[in-house]
Amino acid sequence: MLIFGLVIAALLGPLYVFLNLERRSLQRYAIGSATAVAGAAITPLVMGRCGFTEGTSGVDHLLSLTLMWGAAWIALIALRSFFDRADGKAKASAAMAGEIRTGGYRMGWWVPWVLLSPTLLILVVFLYYPAFRTFTLSTKLTKLGAPRSIDVCFGNFTELLILNPAKLVAYPLIAIAVIYGARFWMNHSGPGTWSRKGADVASVVGMLAIFVAMYLMFSPGGGGQVDYRDVYVNTLIITVGIVAFGMIGGLAVAYLAFRKIRGGSAYRTLLIWPYAISPAVAGVLFFMIFDPTAGIFTHGMDVVFGIDVPNYRESAMLAQGSIILASGWKILGYNILFYLAGLQTVSTDQIEAAVIDGASSWQRFYKIVMPALSPITFFLLVTNLVYAFFEVYATVDFMTKGAPAGKTSIAIYEIIRVGVNNGDLGRGAAQSVLLFAAVIAITLWQFRTTGSKVSYGGA
Amino acid sequence: MAEGLTPGVKKRTFFRGRQWTFHLALSVTAFVIAFPLLYAALIATQTNTEIFAFQLTPGSALKSNFDAVWFGRDFAGAMWNSTVQAILVTTGKTILSLLAGLAFVYFKFRGKWIVFFLVLVTLMMPTEVMILAMFRFVSEIGWQDSMAAITVPFLASATGAFLFRQHFANLPAELLEASQIDGASPIQFLTKVLIPLSWNVIAALFVIQFVYTWNMFLWPSLIIRDESKQVVQVALQTLTNIDGALTYGPLMLAAIIASIPPAIIFVLMQKPFMSGFAIGQQK
Repeated sequence: MLIFGLVIAALLGPLYVFLNLERRSLQRYAIGSATAVAGAAITPLVMGRCGFTEGTSGVDHLLSLTLMWGAAWIALIALRSFFDRADGKAKASAAMAGEIRTGGYRMGWWVPWVLLSPTLLILVVFLYYPAFRTFTLSTKLTKLGAPRSIDVCFGNFTELLILNPAKLVAYPLIAIAVIYGARFWMNHSGPGTWSRKGADVASVVGMLAIFVAMYLMFSPGGGGQVDYRDVYVNTLIITVGIVAFGMIGGLAVAYLAFRKIRGGSAYRTLLIWPYAISPAVAGVLFFMIFDPTAGIFTHGMDVVFGIDVPNYRESAMLAQGSIILASGWKILGYNILFYLAGLQTVSTDQIEAAVIDGASSWQRFYKIVMPALSPITFFLLVTNLVYAFFEVYATVDFMTKGAPAGKTSIAIYEIIRVGVNNGDLGRGAAQSVLLFAAVIAITLWQFRTTGSKVSYGGA
Repeated sequence: MAEGLTPGVKKRTFFRGRQWTFHLALSVTAFVIAFPLLYAALIATQTNTEIFAFQLTPGSALKSNFDAVWFGRDFAGAMWNSTVQAILVTTGKTILSLLAGLAFVYFKFRGKWIVFFLVLVTLMMPTEVMILAMFRFVSEIGWQDSMAAITVPFLASATGAFLFRQHFANLPAELLEASQIDGASPIQFLTKVLIPLSWNVIAALFVIQFVYTWNMFLWPSLIIRDESKQVVQVALQTLTNIDGALTYGPLMLAAIIASIPPAIIFVLMQKPFMSGFAIGQQK
């Protein structure tokens, strides 16, 4: 099986060279092949051959192979940027390193390194090293505070997945096929036709297919497996809820507030201050509002509408809804802030022209304002997603602590519950790796779409 | 046609509706957004009895609630810890980011793109995804319950480094030549020329980092177990239980007190914050 993985990698190398390099030669195919094999060999060298030993399941083999080919692919990307530089194209790497200005100091080669050393030291010690440790931890069965640990290879991961290797391969492939199918359809349909509308629908279905495929790949629990589908679905509901509420609300309020009006800056301050409120305090404030015995919400519903609201911590829907409301409220200020800044840049000439053409206010908003705001919308989408993944931890901890029955236990909360509260570091680390993969996917998507190098929120 | 472009008509068409409708709508929105905080402020003055009676006027317990928070639970100590943490992290991050920006823009050196890449990649490495490994590692080096544990790991910032890099790159190139003719060292160039031209960006970064650090919850809740060393966001948790019962007043008061420093900084520095962002967004 190990040999099989290396052979495939040896074939992947030349294929990658063929697809991605403009100048190809026999030598380069050979180097590509060697790089892919070297990349693929790294994971068995680091982890041992544990995924392929006797008694391991098909899922273990599959994960081992995926990891090997993933490493091979990363090695090939590095090779490509090297060749691009050699070719003078320097497209990817130089654009990234952004040689914005030539010239500068002519001093010892060590001067810039001294300037960068504090930053690099901290990044390596407190980000790269813990990231590496997360991966090694994820292959172990180790208890918090216990010195000994047992290697379990992919055991912590297979627990989270369904145990059918064929399905694990098929689901993502089907999702990818749907996406590329939709893209193909899109490219072969004229604008404004019914066919294009069908293609639009298909591309949305393609996006959804990824999420459905992931749902199907996660284990539904039982038989010593972890019910990770539940965590996945709850994280998805709460994340989508917060992002949708925060962004739609933010845009609506900003659209109301950006007009020139007397006292405008005072209103603005009154609208965006929740930016400074912490997720923990947001949790405390809404904990009070929704409190089943003393909260104004429960009391108000009873007095005004005669509705007897059940304890929000005992109903999955209410618990998730209250987390969404508290977190959405907290992120609202941030979104309003950026949408206000964005609305200042919308061309008033265009809006005036649209008014003269008799466009309704909704049409003006939909056809002019929204497209002009799309870069900000995209930026906010990514920051809101990251917020919903991580910062919401504190809100959950104050409001529901994951209740009822883990229905508000989002991925990060589950990691702490398993890793710290249960002291099961290895299992927690394996879940961390999954979340890490999600963050990387989102960030790469961001880089790809905007080509932007700067992020403004968080650390 | 000509009439449609005169300023008076422009105003009417662009800002449809009467001014007072906007005033009304904005006031209502501001009230709805402020409601959770206003409600908490009301509760903060009340005793549990008053709260359960849903009394909508200020209660009688502000003083005793404050005593319970400030003296009963040493909330002052937690506020102090958070202040020290936020100032150390913010200052350190700014200095390190300035130095990194200087190196990225005004020096040419071998391996620059590798360094750039190393810093860039950390944008997709939030601390939270490696929090268990970090917890174990920082415990191993014996930093539990120390200020170092909640400051040092956060001193480097890819966001900051890129923000200054972007800003410096947009400054005129002649600045460097002039300072070189004057014989200034890179550090003198940084302190005498670049920093005075960067206050907006520094202020923007200061606000973001101060709020981020002050509001940090998960990491201190893991690594700090000694209550006297705890930061304010986590200290709130101890207030959910006073003398074995849930007393809402002190908790709400504490939540409000904990929000004052970042709120003041944010409101006071709003202008430079926004213009600093505008610089960052040019590209």
